[in-house]
Amino acid sequence: MALTFRLNGEEVRIPDADPSATLLDWLREERGLTGTKEGCNEGDCGACTVMVTGAHGSKALNACILFLPQLNGKSVRTVEGAAGPDGSLHPVQQAMVDHHGSQCGFCTPGFIMSMVTAHANGATDFDDQLAGNLCRCTGYAPIIRAAEAAQDAPVPDWITRDRPVEPGIQPLLPQSADELADLYQEHPDATLIAGATDVGLWVTKQLRHLPKMIFLDGCTDLKGIEITDSTVRIGAMADMNALRAAMEPLHHSLAEMLRRFASQQVRAAATVGGNIANGSPIGDTPPALITLGATLHLRKGNSRRELPLEDFFLDYGKQDRQPGEFVEAVCFPRQPDVLKVYKLSKRFDQDISAVLGAFSVTAENGQIAAARIAFGGMAGIPKRAAHVEAALIGQPWNEATIQSAAAALDQDFTPMSDMRASAEYRLETARNMLWRYYAEQSGQPVSVLGVRP
Amino acid sequence: MSVSKPLPHDAAELHVTGAARYVDDIPSPAGTLHLAFGLSPIARGHITGMHLTGVQHSPGVAAVMTAKGLPFSNDVSPSIHDEPLLAAGTVNYVGQPVFLVVADSHKNARVAARKGQVDYEEEPALLTLDAAMAADSRFEEGPRIYQKGDAAAAISAAPRTVEGTFELGGQEHFYLEGQAAMAWPQEDGGMHVFSSTQHPTEIQHKVADAIGLPMHAVRVETRRMGGGFGGKESQGNALAVACAVAARLTGKPCKMRYDRDDDMVITGKRHAFRISYRAGFDDEGRLQGVEFLHLADCGWAQDLSLPVADRAMLHSDNAYLIPNIRIESHRLRTNRQSATAYRGFGGPQGMVGIERVMDHIAHDLAMDPAELRRRNYYAAPAEAKAENTTPYGMEVTDFELHGITADLLASSDYAARKAAISKWNEGQTHLKRGIAFSPVKFGISFTLTHLNQAGALVHVYQDGSVHLNHGGTEMGQGLFQKVAQVAASRFAVPLEKVKITATDTGKVPNTSATAASSGSDLNGMAVQAACDTIRTRMAEHLALQHQARPSDVVFENGMVRIGQDEMTFDQAAAACYQGRVSLSATGFYKTPKVEWDRIKGHGRPFYYFAYGAAVTEVAVDALTGENRILRADILHDAGASLNPALDTGQIEGGYVQGAGWLTTEELVWDDAGRLRTHAPSTYKIPACSDRPDVFNVALYDGQNREDTIYRSKAVGEPPFMLGISAWLALSDAVSAFGETYPALNAPATAEEVWRAIRRVRDGV
Repeated sequence: MALTFRLNGEEVRIPDADPSATLLDWLREERGLTGTKEGCNEGDCGACTVMVTGAHGSKALNACILFLPQLNGKSVRTVEGAAGPDGSLHPVQQAMVDHHGSQCGFCTPGFIMSMVTAHANGATDFDDQLAGNLCRCTGYAPIIRAAEAAQDAPVPDWITRDRPVEPGIQPLLPQSADELADLYQEHPDATLIAGATDVGLWVTKQLRHLPKMIFLDGCTDLKGIEITDSTVRIGAMADMNALRAAMEPLHHSLAEMLRRFASQQVRAAATVGGNIANGSPIGDTPPALITLGATLHLRKGNSRRELPLEDFFLDYGKQDRQPGEFVEAVCFPRQPDVLKVYKLSKRFDQDISAVLGAFSVTAENGQIAAARIAFGGMAGIPKRAAHVEAALIGQPWNEATIQSAAAALDQDFTPMSDMRASAEYRLETARNMLWRYYAEQSGQPVSVLGVRP
Repeated sequence: MSVSKPLPHDAAELHVTGAARYVDDIPSPAGTLHLAFGLSPIARGHITGMHLTGVQHSPGVAAVMTAKGLPFSNDVSPSIHDEPLLAAGTVNYVGQPVFLVVADSHKNARVAARKGQVDYEEEPALLTLDAAMAADSRFEEGPRIYQKGDAAAAISAAPRTVEGTFELGGQEHFYLEGQAAMAWPQEDGGMHVFSSTQHPTEIQHKVADAIGLPMHAVRVETRRMGGGFGGKESQGNALAVACAVAARLTGKPCKMRYDRDDDMVITGKRHAFRISYRAGFDDEGRLQGVEFLHLADCGWAQDLSLPVADRAMLHSDNAYLIPNIRIESHRLRTNRQSATAYRGFGGPQGMVGIERVMDHIAHDLAMDPAELRRRNYYAAPAEAKAENTTPYGMEVTDFELHGITADLLASSDYAARKAAISKWNEGQTHLKRGIAFSPVKFGISFTLTHLNQAGALVHVYQDGSVHLNHGGTEMGQGLFQKVAQVAASRFAVPLEKVKITATDTGKVPNTSATAASSGSDLNGMAVQAACDTIRTRMAEHLALQHQARPSDVVFENGMVRIGQDEMTFDQAAAACYQGRVSLSATGFYKTPKVEWDRIKGHGRPFYYFAYGAAVTEVAVDALTGENRILRADILHDAGASLNPALDTGQIEGGYVQGAGWLTTEELVWDDAGRLRTHAPSTYKIPACSDRPDVFNVALYDGQNREDTIYRSKAVGEPPFMLGISAWLALSDAVSAFGETYPALNAPATAEEVWRAIRRVRDGV
């Protein structure tokens, strides 16, 4: 496939790119740009971070799970392009030297590119901006000192000059939902590539050969998030950072969970549609969206259907999706914000949930009028806690009700043990999340993240 | 003088621009081949058949090697030759290399390696400490026992006792740069090897044995590693040897790097321990006697397990004068990855043992844990005390912790915060805070005495520039810069005059691993010796020329003064060259005073001790066990620091890595012996936001009482153990939920903390 993008300011044309080649391998093996490092080859360490600029601004992305066609029309900047053409260091580079932010130096290029991107975007929430970059040497303190020291420096002109380029038209790079619908109907055996944060690992870890790939990044009409007085409609290609921003004013707890969803780099690539269509029992958005009463919009050719999101997940690895059918959007009704989303994992940032619980309970005059509760990590699919909901509805909002509702969880779930958590811990903490919800609604502090020294 | 300046890492600019070259970044010659191992999928068994035609026919494959096809030694063990490069007949863990693929690309090699069909006759694997104990599966003939006095009698006679058993998990190094090597065959059959290793000489040795040539035929070069932490002391052997045998076979340069998952599945980790203890003490908390039982999971091969387990025993006293102590250590052989060196080298495990005892005693007596610890400290150097010896008979003459503790408890406002936390906890249902102090006393020197030696090679060129080389390796710790600062100081030239060069077995031979925190101590002294040899020659020559005495020649501020005459160092170098003075010298150093009998457990294994202390505050949540560090205050003794900025970096990084070991970093194997946490998606090292919100790190103002390089102290490993205070703070927070002792295991993951709270609060 022929691709065009900009690399460190220079336009690059690849006449015959292997669509499953990753940017990281191409940089290192074809271009000899070895500054970008392979630390894990799965998007979890950030050593391969590059800055990618498209029509909607600059993102830090993991090059190890970024397929070359995802870059068509974009501008890519690697660590070799962080310094100016005359060799003068970018302010974050200078600050990293001055504040002793590198020790072994292997993670450093990735940190630099996350910092360059954050700096370009004026972002100063450094713990979140850098949550996807692992460092084993420094303990992070000097890196944060460096980021803070550079935050007020002007963005260098070689960075602000990064612009998208005119993408070549490519048959497997549809530019709209309509094009995608036709193409996918024609090639129902193709693998759809949205952010590639999971499919990337099929290639880098499972060493799978993907004979036919359709890249969705050009479908800009699938990226929107529309908020009306009655409905929130999230396009399937909206990325997690976009979702986080949109949810902040509506459902803060969901936005806070999304802050901890994977990392800045992964959120910038991962899409809502991918998180749903993938069907993982540990995807973090489905339980929250189910609790919000979401409806899934599927499309095949020109025919569309919709179904409650929870009905999409049939069984482990099995979803209600026909060949050639794709997720177009997910919608949920506007509602008063009683949603709380609790993500439980070994590490707060950039970790897959052991349990994710989403709760929405409405009490009127002390009686529970409505309750929707869904969990991830508790079954083979994201699933509602029907017995718990039933035990709540119509009951008084008090400890006795919580007690009996929490007990009902046994009827809803038989979780399993794995490397993230034991079955017992999953079940008991899922139960405790109901207590947490109750405590939080009564104004008690319930998260160690809120405790300050 | 450049010594003691807080200069940046020598490669800082190369790091931030991506120009710093690691092994896999070295441009490969055309035709370079790439390697991957086929791995054992079972934990224990016999190989009954190998069907590798599918591998051979896989695209791009040039060769497939098995144990039978190896030309000479099939051995990558750093100790007792029990670790073949490729499994010979039996396999002993899931992930053991069984065959080697040589292909035209890294990816083709990986793809082909998965196509091997190997038949096994499985045998029951030993996957737990209990199973290994029951089978008497161990290294050495029986347990090692070190003792002082009569611990059992002292415990029986003591007014109070505590006892317990806890699990202490291992730790994956998670160096960001995975293992990597490249071998480049030379015209005469020799091999030039680039290796990401802490131990180039061992790579040289193992490669020479594997290709049947003397060590002189193998040159190993290491410019830098992307992190080591002990994980590249012996674990790089397999890759370098594989590259060399494949290069010998094919005549092509061969390169190998592990994919991250392979790296984590194949290589060894920190030893997991189960520690049981009994301690007797009086009502004032003074220790009378302590007994420890260490069960160390060494994995399937011996590797460095004996000295690791020894060092755990040697740190079972930590900072405390224990009149009667007995430590019994079992080094158990299991069917897991062969556990290996990891920062602290067993010391952290031993230290966690005694800190656990102190925590338990403080809880039992309801005494302030910091005060309890101080009461049991070794005596300060000024205090006359008849008996101030460790359990292994070494006199403690440099005990700095009285001063460090007083300063730190004051600067961290420990007492007031402890009281405030108590009060805060009373008002909370689900959340509690905890605070803990813990000290570190860490012995410096290789316990294998002969390793305490180092060499250096220094050239002064006729233009006054200096070429520096020594046996130490750079893994991020800043060794090269610190040693360069020494060289610049000896010649009194600006640091820019000194060229740091890659570690190279062709320049400095017979080196020890850069390990045991010894890098600066040993190589700094060796470089000083080399520089002083040259400086003396220069001074003698210049004195003669200027009719002065050599002692009148002064090197200062880039100049050389001889009485009234003055010239630049460059001019002096040129003059010496013209005067036919040798401007190249080797330097050598061996640590004095150390002698150690590891069987008896007696002697002076350490030249001196490094000290430090930390106060950590945490918060925990009873509903989920979620926990986090809020604040850490550290005061650490680096002697007269060679470079306070780099040393502070070691302390901050060491603390976070140590805290990670004891909190989120959990290694999980399944019932078939498969490691389930083999990637950063499942194995969780601290991320950015896991560092303490408030992080105060200071160097203790002092100097080494022993005559080390500029009176500095080793700083690589000791700060790692400051992280123990985080684990103890969690214990403190958990104890706020009830009356019983929390008895935390490690790592204290959210699940473990949740369980401990349940035990304390609900008696479950």
